[in-house]
Amino acid sequence: MAKEKKGVRLEHISKIYQDPKTGKDFYAVKDTDLVIEPGSFVTLLGPSGCGKTTTLRMIAGFESPDEGEIYLGDEPINALTPDKRDTAMVFQSYALLPHYNVFDNVAYGLKLRKVPKDEIKERVTRILKLVELEGMEGRMTNQLSGGQQQRVALARALVIEPSVLLFDEPLSNLDAKLRVTMRTEIRRIQQEVGITAIYVTHDQSEAMALSDNIIVMSNGVVEQMGTPQEIYYHPKNEFVADFIGEANFLPGDYIGEAGKTIVLRPEAATLADKGGLKCKVVLSCFMGSYQNYHVMVDDHLVKLQEYNPKNKKIYNVGDECCLVFEKENIHLL
Amino acid sequence: MAGSQGKSLDRKKLLGDPIMVATIVLLITFLTLFILYPLAILLVDSFVGDGSFGISVFQRIFRIATFKTAIGNTLKIGMVVGILSTMIGLLFAYVEVYVKMGKFSGGLFKTISLLPVVSPPFVLSLSMIMLFGKAGLITRFLLKIYDNSVYGYWGIVIVQTLTFFPVCYMMLKGLLKNIDPSLEEAARDMGASRMKVFTSVTLPLLLPGLGNAFLVTFIESIADFANPMIIGGSYDTLATTIYLQITGAYDKAGAAAMAVVLLCITMGMFAVQKYYLEAKTSATLTGKASRGRTLIEDKSVRLPLTILCSMVAMFVILMYICVPIGACFPTWGFKFFPLTGKWFKLIFTRYRGFKAFKDSFVLSLISAPITALLSMIISYLVVKRKFRGKGFIELVSMLAMAVPGTVLGVGYIRGYAGGIFHTGFLQGLYGTGTILVIVFIVRSLPTGTRSGISALRQIDKSIEESAYDMGANSFKVFTTVTLPLIKDSFLSGFVTSFVRSITAISAVILLVTPKFLLITVQINEFAEKGSYGIACAFATLLIIITFGSVLLMDFITARLGTSKKIKEDQ
Repeated sequence: MAKEKKGVRLEHISKIYQDPKTGKDFYAVKDTDLVIEPGSFVTLLGPSGCGKTTTLRMIAGFESPDEGEIYLGDEPINALTPDKRDTAMVFQSYALLPHYNVFDNVAYGLKLRKVPKDEIKERVTRILKLVELEGMEGRMTNQLSGGQQQRVALARALVIEPSVLLFDEPLSNLDAKLRVTMRTEIRRIQQEVGITAIYVTHDQSEAMALSDNIIVMSNGVVEQMGTPQEIYYHPKNEFVADFIGEANFLPGDYIGEAGKTIVLRPEAATLADKGGLKCKVVLSCFMGSYQNYHVMVDDHLVKLQEYNPKNKKIYNVGDECCLVFEKENIHLL
Repeated sequence: MAGSQGKSLDRKKLLGDPIMVATIVLLITFLTLFILYPLAILLVDSFVGDGSFGISVFQRIFRIATFKTAIGNTLKIGMVVGILSTMIGLLFAYVEVYVKMGKFSGGLFKTISLLPVVSPPFVLSLSMIMLFGKAGLITRFLLKIYDNSVYGYWGIVIVQTLTFFPVCYMMLKGLLKNIDPSLEEAARDMGASRMKVFTSVTLPLLLPGLGNAFLVTFIESIADFANPMIIGGSYDTLATTIYLQITGAYDKAGAAAMAVVLLCITMGMFAVQKYYLEAKTSATLTGKASRGRTLIEDKSVRLPLTILCSMVAMFVILMYICVPIGACFPTWGFKFFPLTGKWFKLIFTRYRGFKAFKDSFVLSLISAPITALLSMIISYLVVKRKFRGKGFIELVSMLAMAVPGTVLGVGYIRGYAGGIFHTGFLQGLYGTGTILVIVFIVRSLPTGTRSGISALRQIDKSIEESAYDMGANSFKVFTTVTLPLIKDSFLSGFVTSFVRSITAISAVILLVTPKFLLITVQINEFAEKGSYGIACAFATLLIIITFGSVLLMDFITARLGTSKKIKEDQ
C-alpha cells in the first residue's frame, strides 16, 4: 500500500466511568501515555477490566477521553467521530452485517467512500485473496465458519486501507486450534501490508506470538511496555511477572539479596540430589512433554517444569531434594 | 470537573453530525408539542380555568355528584376487571405452557391471542347487547327472559374482561415459559403434589408478573371509553363523564380538571408497574428454561382445564362471529330471516360509508408509516446512542402509554382550539386531518417503540459500531444497517399502528369535525341510537380490514422477513 504509515500517540489519557451500583466515579484508564510506532504491531494485554478495551475504543472514537489527547500521526483526533477517523476495527463478535453477503460486507466501506465500481471489485477481490477467501464472495455471512467470518472482518477492515488497524479480542470466539492458526495469519497479513496494528487481548500467548511490543495494563494503568522478551525476562513488578507466564516468588535472602524478591520461571530451575536450596516434593505429575513438580522451600511453594523428563530422575511426593537454578536465569525485583 | 472533557467531546462529536442533531431536535419538539404540552395545558386549565389561580375548578368538579360516583365506579371496575382478566389470563397461560393440548384447543388459543390485536374496541359490547340484551338472541329467544338488562356495571365488567384477558394471557405465557422446569421438578422430587408445586413454586415466582398484568389491565380498563359508552347505560365511568362534560355540558375547564384526575390515577399505576413491578419480574424470572417441560398428560387435570378454557375461548369467538351475523339479520331481535345484505348496502348508499372508510383508511394509512418510522428512530436512539435528552425521549414516548385517549383528546382541544397557550399560534391545526393523524401517531407510538426497543436489544451493538467505524455516519448506519435488520419489527409496527389507528375512538371522537367521517365514530353513533344492523355492518367491514392487514403482514414477514431468511440459511 502506497499510503504513508502513521503511528498513534496517547498523551495523559484518562477515562472516567460511573459505577452503576455505588454511583461513584472511577478511572477506567488513568493518565496513560503511549507511543505506538508506525508499522508496528502492539498488543494491549491485561486481565478483564484493566482498561485495554476502553483504550482501544477511545482510539477508534467510540469513547471520548476525559483527559488528554490522542494523536493519529501528528493530528489530534479527540473530536473526530469514528466514521471520520482513519482507523478500522476488527470486532470480537466479528460484527459482520448479516443482511449482506461476503462481497458486500467487504465493499461496504469502499461504497461509503464513493470508490468507483470497477475499483471496488478489484480491491475486494485482491483483499479476499489475501485472506484466502477467494470464491466465497456470494456467501451470506452465516454460511461461514467462525474462522472464515473472522477473515471477512479482517478483509473489511483492511480494504479501506486505514492508517491503523484495531483488534478487539478478535480470536476469543474461536476454538483453541483455530486461534493459533488465525494469529499466525494475522501476523503474516500485517507484515505483508505493513500496517500499524493495535491488538487487545487477555491471552498472553497470543500477545507473545503477535507483537513487536506488548503493553501490560492493570486497573487502568500501564504497568510495563516492551518487547515480549523484555516483558518476560525483565518484568518491572510482581503483577507483570505473575501475569506473563508463570512465576515463583522467593525472598532474595536465599541468594544473599536481602529486601529483594527472586522471580523464578518454572522452566528456569531443576531438581537435583544436592546443591541449591533444600526442598520437599509435594506434587509430581507426568504431563508428557514435561514433569510437573510442586516443591516447598521452607514454607514457599515453587512450581517447576522439568522438560524432556524421559531420561531424567523422577522425584516422587515426599522426596527431599534440592532446587537448583543459575543466577543469570532469574530476575530480581 | 472529572469527566467533563469526555462529555464535551461527546457533544462536539454529536454536533458534527447535523442529521442526527436535526432528528433529535425534531423528535423532542414533536414529543413536547403533542404529548407533554397537551397534558401541561390540562394542568394549567384546571388551576386557572375559572379566572384566577387556585383549586376552585377542582372544588367545583368534586361537588358534582356524578363525577364522584364516576371515580368510584371507574376504580371498582378497574379492580374487578384487573383481577378477573389476570385470573383468566393465568389459566390460559398455564394450560398452554403446562398442559398437553389437542389441535383444536391449540387453534382456539392461537385465535384468542390474535384477537386483542385486530379487534375494534366496542365489538364485544355490541355482541353482548345483541346476545344478552332485552332483545338478546340468548336471553329473549333461548331463555325467554324478557327484561334482562346488560347495561351497567356487569355489562362493562364482562365485556372488558373478555376484551383484556388475552393481553394478560400473552404476558403471563411469556413469563411461565421462562420458569426453569427443573425448579418444579425439584419440588416434585422432594414430595410436593402438583397443586403444592403450583402454590409454592410457580405462583410465588410469578407473583410480580401477576401484579404487572393486573396493573396493565387496570390502566386499560379505566382508560377504556368505547365499552362504557355503549354498554354502560347510566353507569358512568371517568372516561365517559369527561366526554359528556365537554360535549354535553360544554364545561371545558371542568373536563380538563377531571382529565387531570384520571391522568393522575393512570400515571400512578403506570409508575408502579414500570419502575417497581417490571424490574421485579425480570429479577425473579431471568434465566431461560434450560430445556423443554414435560407436559401434563394426566386426564384428571387436562380435561377439566382444557374444556374450561375452550369454552371461554369459544364464547369469545362466538361473540365476534355474532357481529357479522348481526349485520345480516333484517331486524335484530325481531326478524332473523331471510338473511339480507341490506345493511351493507345502506351504509354505502345512505350513510356515506364510502367516505367513512376512505377517511379512516387514508388517515390511518398516513399515520402508520410515520409511526413505524418514528418508533424505529426512537428505539435506535434509545438503545444504540448516547446523548443528552435521550432520557427525555424515552420517558415521554413511554409516558404516552399511560395517557388515556380521552385525556389526550381533551388536552388537544384545550391546547390547540385556541392555538398554543390560547395565543392563536398553530390554531390552524385544530379541526384538520393533520391533528387526527398526529393523535393516531401519538396513540400508537409507545407500542411501536417498545417492540422496536426489544428488537434492537437483540442486535449486537458492535454491528452498528462496525459500520460507523467503516465510515458510515448516523444516517447511513440507520438506513443501511439498523433498519434492514429490524425490518420485521418495522413492518409489524406499521400494521399494528394502522390497525390501532383505524380502530381508535377515545381521543379522536373528541377531535373529529364534520369534515371527516371515521368508521369507529359511526359505529358508536349507530350503536348509541340502537341501529345495531348498521353498527354491525360497519364493524364487520372494519374487522375484515384489520384481520386482513394482520394476515397480510404475516404473509409478508414469512416471505420477505430478515429473520426468516437468516433462520433458513442456518
